[in-house]
Amino acid sequence: MKAYLTRRYMFSASHRLHSPGMSAEENKAVYGKCNNPHGHGHNYAVEVTVAGQVDPATGMVCNLVDLDGFVRKKILQRFDHENLNTLAEFQKTVPTTENLCKEIYDILHRDFHHAAVDQVRVEETMLNSFAYAGDREIRR
Amino acid sequence: MVYLTRKAEFSASHYYHNPEFTPEENQRVFGKCNNPHGHGHNYMLEVTVRGKVDQRSGFVVDLKQLKEIMNREVIDAMDHRFLNKEVAEFKDRIPTTENLAIAIWDRLRPKLNVAELHRVRVYETPGLFVDYYGEP
Repeated sequence: MKAYLTRRYMFSASHRLHSPGMSAEENKAVYGKCNNPHGHGHNYAVEVTVAGQVDPATGMVCNLVDLDGFVRKKILQRFDHENLNTLAEFQKTVPTTENLCKEIYDILHRDFHHAAVDQVRVEETMLNSFAYAGDREIRR
Repeated sequence: MVYLTRKAEFSASHYYHNPEFTPEENQRVFGKCNNPHGHGHNYMLEVTVRGKVDQRSGFVVDLKQLKEIMNREVIDAMDHRFLNKEVAEFKDRIPTTENLAIAIWDRLRPKLNVAELHRVRVYETPGLFVDYYGEP
């Protein structure tokens, strides 16, 4: 039987939304307050969903020790208390939460091998969130 | 198609143990969850049904009926219980959140003739939940 397991994590980081392809006025118009050159921060919540058959021996889709360990090491340690603009991942893309969500999905999809990654959801604030499942549609 | 979700809360205890594993293996795989005296959670259940809106009532499903079925089949059976010892499904299945979601689906599905069951979501904690859609 196929089940979907979701785990929620938190980290805090700062960013500035600014595109080098736009003029200063355009950046201001598109990004508004988020274009402040000194940056600003958020408490991000990340929901990682993995999917697969429930193992009859353990009752689990994925052992949480494996998922928590991976996310802590590869995602939280990478992004927590960082300025996202300074990281290699965001030298060519703007660190919007859309791009952050895709980046986190890609890290999991590429390197996490204990279960299939179904989707990643990132809340930037309590009022906005972003979800990505690669080429697939988001589940309802 | 409209999707309707109803929540219900229950509190229960459980522990994880596979009798076919050695004590060391049980400890390694299940860690703290292997404590035979059990530990507890406040579970949050979300049941989603889907269907067309009935012209006369304006409902996908009569919430009173859905609530009654959820209370009878799930809450009455599991609230303030030790899942391993008191809920039949877990005599020979480990009461993980995955298996709990499947057991709840299997309890609700045959009783729900009023609407189509779409998803069972079970939160073990605010930071951990499982979705089951009846997929084999």
